[in-house]
Parts: sequence; C-alpha cells; structure tokens
Amino acid sequence: MAGAKEIRTKIKSVKNTQKITRAMEKVAMSKMRKAQERMAAARPYAERLRRTLGHLAQAKLEYKHPFTVEREAKRVAFLIVSTDRGLCGGLNMNVFRQTVRAIREWQGKNVEVDLVLIGAKAVSFFRRIGGKVLATATHLGDRPHLDQLLGSIKVLSDAYLEGKIDRVFLVGNTFVNTMTQKADVLQLLPVLPVKTEGMLEQWDYIYEPDAKELLGTVLQRYVESQVYQAVIENAACEQSARMVAMKAASDNAGKIINALQLQYNKARQASITKELAEIVGGAAAV
Amino acid sequence: MAQLHVDIVSAEGAIHSGEAAMVFAPASMGEVGIAPRHAPLLTTLKPGTVRVKTPSGEVLPFFVGGGILEVQPNLVTVLADTALRAKDADEAAALKAKQDAEEKLAGAKTDMDLAKAQSELIEAAARLEFVKKIKGGSH
Repeated sequence: MAGAKEIRTKIKSVKNTQKITRAMEKVAMSKMRKAQERMAAARPYAERLRRTLGHLAQAKLEYKHPFTVEREAKRVAFLIVSTDRGLCGGLNMNVFRQTVRAIREWQGKNVEVDLVLIGAKAVSFFRRIGGKVLATATHLGDRPHLDQLLGSIKVLSDAYLEGKIDRVFLVGNTFVNTMTQKADVLQLLPVLPVKTEGMLEQWDYIYEPDAKELLGTVLQRYVESQVYQAVIENAACEQSARMVAMKAASDNAGKIINALQLQYNKARQASITKELAEIVGGAAAV
Repeated sequence: MAQLHVDIVSAEGAIHSGEAAMVFAPASMGEVGIAPRHAPLLTTLKPGTVRVKTPSGEVLPFFVGGGILEVQPNLVTVLADTALRAKDADEAAALKAKQDAEEKLAGAKTDMDLAKAQSELIEAAARLEFVKKIKGGSH
C-alpha cells in the first residue's frame, strides 16, 4: 500500500490550509463591511470641503496660494498608499507597477523623484527598488486615523512650499466594487481647480483673520482629506481583495483535496486488488 | 422666519445636519453668532463648542477641536478637525515620519542587529543547557 499514507498526510495538510484561508475569508468579509462604512462616513467632509473650495475659487481672490500655482516640474514626489499585510492578491503589485511606470516616465524627462510611503508593503518594496524616501507611515491598523498621516503630509507640503518639489502625486487603489479595485495616479499638488456650477455673481467672503492664512488652512485640509480618503479607500480595497483571494484559495484547496482523495482511493483499491490476487494465487498453489 | 441649514462634518464622519435658527461658534477671533442671511464668512475655529439653536428653541452643543467655518446666506458648514491640532504637534509628527523613513532606509542595519541578537540568544540558551547538563551529571 505504497503512497497511501503519504497521500493521507498531504490531504490533512491541505485541509488545514483550507481551514485557515476560509477563516481569513470570513474575517476579511466582516472587516470589509466596516471599512466600507468608514469610507462612506468620510465622504461628506470631502464633499463639503470641495464645495467650500469651489466657492473660494469663485470668490474674487486677490491672492494666490502656492498650492494652486503650477510650476515647472524639476522634482516630483509620489505618495504611495499600500497595505501593511499581504495575502490580498495583486492589490499592492498593481499600485507599485503603476508607480514604477510613472516614475520611469518622469525620470525619462530628467525629473528627479522622491517618495513618501504609507504601508509596510510599500516600504519593503521600495527598499529593494531604491529611491529617495522622504517619509513613511506604517502600521495604521484596520481603522486608520488622520493623525497617523499628518506627519507624512506635513513633510510633503513643507517640501512643496519650500520649492524642493514641484508636484505631488498620490498613488493608491480606488474602490470600484467588491470584485474590482483599480490602481490610480492622482495629482495632489498643485491642487487642481474645482469646478462648481451656479453662483456667477461677484462676491467675496469676509475673512477672519485674513484671506492668505485661511486659504492656506483650507487647502491644507483639502490635501489632508484627499490623502485620508485614499488611505481608507485602500483599506476597504485591501479587505475585499483579501476576501476574494482567500475565497479563490479555499476553492483551489478543495480541488486539490478532491484530486488527492481520488488518488488515495485508487491506491487503496490497487493494494486491495493486489492482496486478493496474492491470496487467490496462494490458494491455487495449495 | 428664515432658516439656516447647518452641516457639521469631520474627516472621519458626519456629525450633524439640520435646520437651525441660530448658530454659535468659537471663531479664532472670538465667538460668533450666525443668524439667517448672514454675509458670506470664512473663518478658522478654535477648539470649543459649536452650539446649534434649532427652530424649536432647543440648543445642541457639539465639541470641535478646531476647524473651519464657512457661512453662506442660508448655509453654515463646520469642517471640524478630528484631532486637536497644535502647530508644534504637527511639527513633531512630521519629524517622526521623517525619522521613520530614515530608520527604514537603514532597515538592513536593524535587520542585522536582530539577527545578531537572535544568534546571541541561541548561544546563551545553549550555554545554559550545557551548565544544566554538567550540574545534572555531578548529582
């Protein structure tokens, strides 16, 4: 009965793996729901802020903030949003592939590239690839908070205001639906003009304390909310991608178990047949 | 009577949305009271309490850790900060993010230290085992 025992151990080990992947799938499913809720909860703020920014764009402003002024790009920065953990399919690789492609493009134009990394996967990837990293933020957990990101954002906006970098891009996954996530590159700085309809009359705000400072604050908050939005969206993507990947893994484990079971049965039957033949042969000899 | 629509939102969720007769907010230049048909106003907020007086006369307090107040004639938007934001705290966070990056860039070094620590630990454990064996033998 050669091999039957080995096959049995193999089946057991695949079953154990399947148990793990199935548990991960269930966990990801429940986490995904919460992550999606958080994503939805953050939307009103971003919308209101965009509306305020739209109003601001329409008000006749005597002052232009550096965040809205386009400069010639000599050095650009990428803010890369990734996950902290793996086992979520090609989610991170898609982001990195997009990033690397964009970086090549800029480097082709003799523009230098800086990086800001969010998530442990980005850190380990770009440690291998190399590149000048300005700041990192890792281990954000399942519930990322804005204050965990403020440091990295501040580094970026300071470098931008000092003229060290001329453009900032945000790379991360956008949540299309549970099955689909899309890696996207988005321009963060300078802030692209927000379009609003209506309200064409000339008017201006009363600013307290003054327009310059206020506009700075509003734009800074806008940038922060965009980064925060990207991070929680990526968290939702992570959970749904993990759920899908683990479901596929569980299914594949099931297929392997079936194939192994068949093989085991065959081996068992063969050995029984052989034994029978031996007995019959033995009886015939007597 | 004219009414105001009030939206109070923070980056991590919507806090309040509804009609109001009057809104009081802790603006950075001093407390402001917004009645319907107020002139457009944009101001920053100090940490404090935003009070919304509903048309029925009820007063709802909301704590904000600072933020932005935008007033349109019939619309008040409070963009609340989730965390208390002090300038030096932001500065410290920025410094920490930079240091994190530096540490991780020198990641090869920290990994090496970890490996070294592990090998030392194994060696110490082996020595301990050895000492125990000798002691056991002498009994």
